[in-house]
Amino acid sequence: MTVPAPIPASLRVPRQHLQPFHHLDTLWIQVAGTQCNLSCAHCFVPSGPGVNRHEMLSRLEVAARVAEGLAMGVKEIYFTGGEPFLHPEIERLVESTLAEAPLTVLTNGTLFTTRRVSWLAGLSRASKYSLELRVSLDGTDAAAHDTLRGAGAWTRTMHGLRALTDAGLLPIVTVTDHTRGNPLEFATKVTAVLREEGLAEPRVKVLPLFVLGRQAERQGHSPGKRPILWMLPEEHFDPHRLQCGSCRAVTSRGVFVCPLLVDEPEARLGHTLEGSARPFGLDFEACYTCWMTRMTCANG
Amino acid sequence: MTTLALFGGVYSNPFALRAVLADSAARKDQKLWCLGDLGGFGPDPETCAELLRAEAVDMLQGNYDHSIGHSLGDCACGYTDPRDNHFAQVSYDFTNACVSESTREWLRGLPPQARLTIEGRRVLLCHGSPRRVNEFLWNSTCSDAFLEWLCDEYEADVIACTHTGLHWSRALPGGRCVVNVGAIGRPAHDGRTSVWYAGLAFGPGGVARVDFREVAYDHEALAAQMEEEKLPPEFIETIRTGWWTTCLENVPAKERMRAMAAK
Repeated sequence: MTVPAPIPASLRVPRQHLQPFHHLDTLWIQVAGTQCNLSCAHCFVPSGPGVNRHEMLSRLEVAARVAEGLAMGVKEIYFTGGEPFLHPEIERLVESTLAEAPLTVLTNGTLFTTRRVSWLAGLSRASKYSLELRVSLDGTDAAAHDTLRGAGAWTRTMHGLRALTDAGLLPIVTVTDHTRGNPLEFATKVTAVLREEGLAEPRVKVLPLFVLGRQAERQGHSPGKRPILWMLPEEHFDPHRLQCGSCRAVTSRGVFVCPLLVDEPEARLGHTLEGSARPFGLDFEACYTCWMTRMTCANG
Repeated sequence: MTTLALFGGVYSNPFALRAVLADSAARKDQKLWCLGDLGGFGPDPETCAELLRAEAVDMLQGNYDHSIGHSLGDCACGYTDPRDNHFAQVSYDFTNACVSESTREWLRGLPPQARLTIEGRRVLLCHGSPRRVNEFLWNSTCSDAFLEWLCDEYEADVIACTHTGLHWSRALPGGRCVVNVGAIGRPAHDGRTSVWYAGLAFGPGGVARVDFREVAYDHEALAAQMEEEKLPPEFIETIRTGWWTTCLENVPAKERMRAMAAK
């Protein structure tokens, strides 16, 4: 039997892998738009004070999106931004959404007042569903974190994490791995650091670094759109591996395939969730990162 | 009145399995189903397989059974945390080295799901969820809307599953019901050394009633055997304390906070 010679790269036909849409498990709502109190140097949806590329959603808009999701049998809802706790009506948004579905709020952890922490703890205890708070961290020390997030950010985030923990909450600390080393060693190190910082039972979720938004600018890299997964043979394509088969992200600009690609016009699938329940071509560099790292934006 | 006994997650624990079989027999349940996952965690998958086959327990194929049956490289439990995956692999490699070819063949042939009709109610038995063998259905992270959708999509009035290791049931506003029967191979992260399984009773008109049954077993004997087999001390601590020490990272806030409050 003869083995066929490899096809030269120049003659290869790009293969676009189409990710089917299975069901709306996770609905991401960018409640705060791109408003944030920090301007992190690597933010993949560039956000900061006065950044209005995506606008905050009103309470009525959020309620309408939640209702749309429930009608499709959504499993869980995630609030993101920007920084969700900048939204002037965040407490009403959290209360009304948590009454209908499990809710996760992604936050930089710098805006927790004593009153707010106490309110979150009470709400979490009384709710039938889980209220998860996911706090973002970069690296394993103040120097690494503050280089990207601004001076004093580590101290404020640690203060927030301790306040949540002391109130009986169990935040998930989402840590971006900038080392690209062994994930188990990195997670173990993060856990040890958080214990030293006073968190008795730290929960850690490790994220890969995405070359998107400001991180792409820092690297002088234009990710663009190209069929980057084209070398993956059709028979090795697992349609259940990526979260975009079971999520959609809503911003003031419409419905997008996932929370990472809300600045890509071609990732905007429509205005309604129902109308956006369709296949998506995995042509972005972020798709490649998700595929290779088995990344999910969901909690686990 | 028709009564089904449902259990899952045997996890190579023959001591708990014997206790559950005896408990169900004493209650005179009409049918007994195992919703999958013979191996993992504990020391003795072969004795568990012999017991289940000798008692002719109806059994589904869990993700563990599929992996072992086909000699795959890992359990495909669906963990995303590196520490969870590390301990899952230790456990899987131990199980994979222990099972006989005959057990492998038996596991390979098990059905992934079963459908029953009892008192006019459509009952769907599965491992993780009706749509995916390794999906984790936790009580606090499934909206009513999602569970109703599962019942619609998979044409069931009652869905019974396992895989998470924590038992719960939910009567849905539309009159249907989802029950996670828990696992009998390790305790339910509640500080108790006993394990849990479920009784599902159907009265006239098809009204389903779920009762969870707590079963004590000789957990010290199990722990001793785990020590002999040199299984990780973290696993043995769980058997002796009733608290999970591994494969815990994907447990949601609500379930973890309940456990912390009980500690």
